[in-house]
Amino acid sequence: MTQVLIEVSEVDLNEEGFFEDPQQWTEDMVPELARREGIEELTDDHWKVIRFVRSKYTETGSGPTVRALGKTSGVSIKELYQLFPKGPAKVAAKIAGIPKPRGCI
Amino acid sequence: MEDKIQKVSIIISKGSLEGIYPGLIMANGARAEGIEANLFFTFFGLDAIHAKRHEHIKLATVGNPGLHFATWAGGLPGVSAMMTHYMERKMGDLDIPSIPEFIEMIYDTGAGLFACQASVDLFGLEKNDFVPQVQDIITVGEFYDRATGGQIIFT
Repeated sequence: MTQVLIEVSEVDLNEEGFFEDPQQWTEDMVPELARREGIEELTDDHWKVIRFVRSKYTETGSGPTVRALGKTSGVSIKELYQLFPKGPAKVAAKIAGIPKPRGCI
Repeated sequence: MEDKIQKVSIIISKGSLEGIYPGLIMANGARAEGIEANLFFTFFGLDAIHAKRHEHIKLATVGNPGLHFATWAGGLPGVSAMMTHYMERKMGDLDIPSIPEFIEMIYDTGAGLFACQASVDLFGLEKNDFVPQVQDIITVGEFYDRATGGQIIFT
């Protein structure tokens, strides 16, 4: 007999699918959150961006825009759009459990 | 979710700094939202993708009441260059990319960049006058084909 513990947690998402409370987020939610965004397989680069976005949020209180990501995450803009075709800053923020980044550029 | 904008075709028809940036910002912003975006450059807007000219885009200081100084002053030698320099510095402080860098960045987001055939003919230009990010020179009919199913924004 094997004992399995399956954890289910309830999180609050806003209308657009962003976390209402970033504190509810844990890293093990990432694969499921990514799947909800149409990303079936998480590569190392996905993880790199998601962790980067999360740490920027922890540091500054807001998520980086695509331009900021391209400049500072170590992943180029071209690659960012390949990883997150529906908008890197926005989708990575959803998966990283942080609010939608604001900024026009 | 169905009523969200899925696709935009943005036309840039002016060759001044203030004529070019809004279209670039809208195209880049569309891609950031996951919206498909194509940019079409026509008439003086072609300067934005002209390899030799796009580093020298100037702010219009004549006939621009938004600057709030006398029209005659805007025409004095060096005023446009000075105002352009001032504006570029302010934009740099806000981390707004220069036009050449912005064009490259928008291309990297996966947006399409196209030049208008009629304007290219009018100015006697050809494909290699443009930056390599320009995908094609197309006719108005081809533009409408590409714009199918989306919103068209003229700037």
